[in-house]
Amino acid sequence: MLARPTSHSSALGPGCAGPSLANPVSFDAPPKHQAQQPTSGAAPFMVEPSALAHQGGGEPTKRTQVPYVTGTSVLGVTYKDGVLIASDTLGSYGSTKRYKSVARLKKVNASTIIGAGGELSDFQYIMTLLDELTTDDYCMDDGVVLSPREIYNYMTRVMYNRRNKMDPLWNSLVICGFQDGKPFLGTVGMIGTHYTDEHVATGFGNMLARPLFRERHHPDMSEAEATKLLHDALRVCYYRDKNSINKFQMAKATAEGVTISEPFSLETNWEYKHFRDPTLNAVGAW
Amino acid sequence: MFRNQYDTDVVTWSPQGRIHQIEYAMEAVKQGSASVGLKNKTHVVLATLKRAPSELSAYQRKVFKVDDHMGVAMSGLTSDGRSLCRYMRNECLNHRYVYESPMPTTRLVRQIADKAQVNTQRSWKRPYGVGLLTAGSDKTGPKLFYNCPSGNFYEYRAMAIGARSQAAKTYLERHFEAFDGCTVDELIRHALRALSASVTDGELTAANCTVALVGSDTPFVILEDDDLEPHVAAFKDQDDGADGGDAGEMAVDGQAAGAGEADDAAPMDT
Repeated sequence: MLARPTSHSSALGPGCAGPSLANPVSFDAPPKHQAQQPTSGAAPFMVEPSALAHQGGGEPTKRTQVPYVTGTSVLGVTYKDGVLIASDTLGSYGSTKRYKSVARLKKVNASTIIGAGGELSDFQYIMTLLDELTTDDYCMDDGVVLSPREIYNYMTRVMYNRRNKMDPLWNSLVICGFQDGKPFLGTVGMIGTHYTDEHVATGFGNMLARPLFRERHHPDMSEAEATKLLHDALRVCYYRDKNSINKFQMAKATAEGVTISEPFSLETNWEYKHFRDPTLNAVGAW
Repeated sequence: MFRNQYDTDVVTWSPQGRIHQIEYAMEAVKQGSASVGLKNKTHVVLATLKRAPSELSAYQRKVFKVDDHMGVAMSGLTSDGRSLCRYMRNECLNHRYVYESPMPTTRLVRQIADKAQVNTQRSWKRPYGVGLLTAGSDKTGPKLFYNCPSGNFYEYRAMAIGARSQAAKTYLERHFEAFDGCTVDELIRHALRALSASVTDGELTAANCTVALVGSDTPFVILEDDDLEPHVAAFKDQDDGADGGDAGEMAVDGQAAGAGEADDAAPMDT
């Protein structure tokens, strides 16, 4: 008895019978693995055949096509003698609050901090790249260390290069530090978009926090004022962004160096009228 | 033909614990015409003597700009030097592309040294036959380095390499303590004076030497011919009659005796 011909295409997975497998197969020419159109409407599960053609039907190239464990916004403001950036410590698995104490702010070197939203495994990879640079600086032992702006430029190159490979690192980054007696604050997107500003925010924070920054931020504010502003912005982000938790970290870069705070939470008030009755003024809500 | 049985390749030690091929390469540096480098608190100056292979030919260049903040002067095989220089230019461009900042001088010099070292440990390769004086200015200040064919590199306040460089070195050793407080013009004059001690035939003119300058707010610039003329004139004015001071030094210098033969040793020498 002959075994039933079965697809072993790793692109489709085993056991998927396509039209070509309905025909009897001679032993002289065993069936070649190839991507097939499923018999019933399953186009979304199809691997684009042209993408496999040049690989002789081997493993398809793996790319981050969708992020899995993600972080949400990172906020940053400059002030009189430094920079503050802040984020929560959540790693979401879709909408599940899966990992609740993930440090999304990391020290790069004595004058630079990086904060990330988006795919957290990609951020871990980014940190291996940056740690390598920092280790190299240490090993060279010549007193030259990368400045925040250099790290920012390096990250724009890495992000844009990966986007050109059609394999982006799924992150939004905030890079801050203290350089030449001035605070530095910049952000890099997943396709290499980048800018520096006196205040930045990634993701949801761009909609929720930046209006507050535009209203209240000025470059010569004191550290206390900047902290207050950032706390208020974090609170608003927490109120309106479902993928966030009330556990935050804040990092500071000044002439003295960089520090990252212990996790803290903020006072919240859910008794506002519109929180109690959210559909009151929202026509069409349920 | 061979001086001994241990100098046929670069990976063979002599029983005395020497690697002759590397020593020959370092000798090649001494056959090239002299290069001088020195610095003050803000600037580095390079100065070189150029040679012309014949009466009819132009002088061969041996100072090259690597980037806005860095340049090299070379003694020895200029062809090797230019290939290293191309590598340095490339590295500086790549660094500017990735980090949008000038390459730190120490890092590049180290890379050149590592490159040179590989050539001392592969049987099918030869060491570079060139000594490089690298002048750079970056966020750590003005820097002067010497890269040796052996793969060693050294940082200097002032240094001279090439034929009869001992005479220039002696001048620098006598005066280096004053360099820090010098103006740029004075620094150039010191460079010319040190270089003039190494001149083999004729005298120092704006035609047979090159001066280069780099500093924190001065992009690397090469001074030759007309641009150099005022500096050479100023140096001549000041030193007229007071020239013989270092002559005794030169006479006792062992290399000085050999330098005459070196002049027509090989067409590739600079």
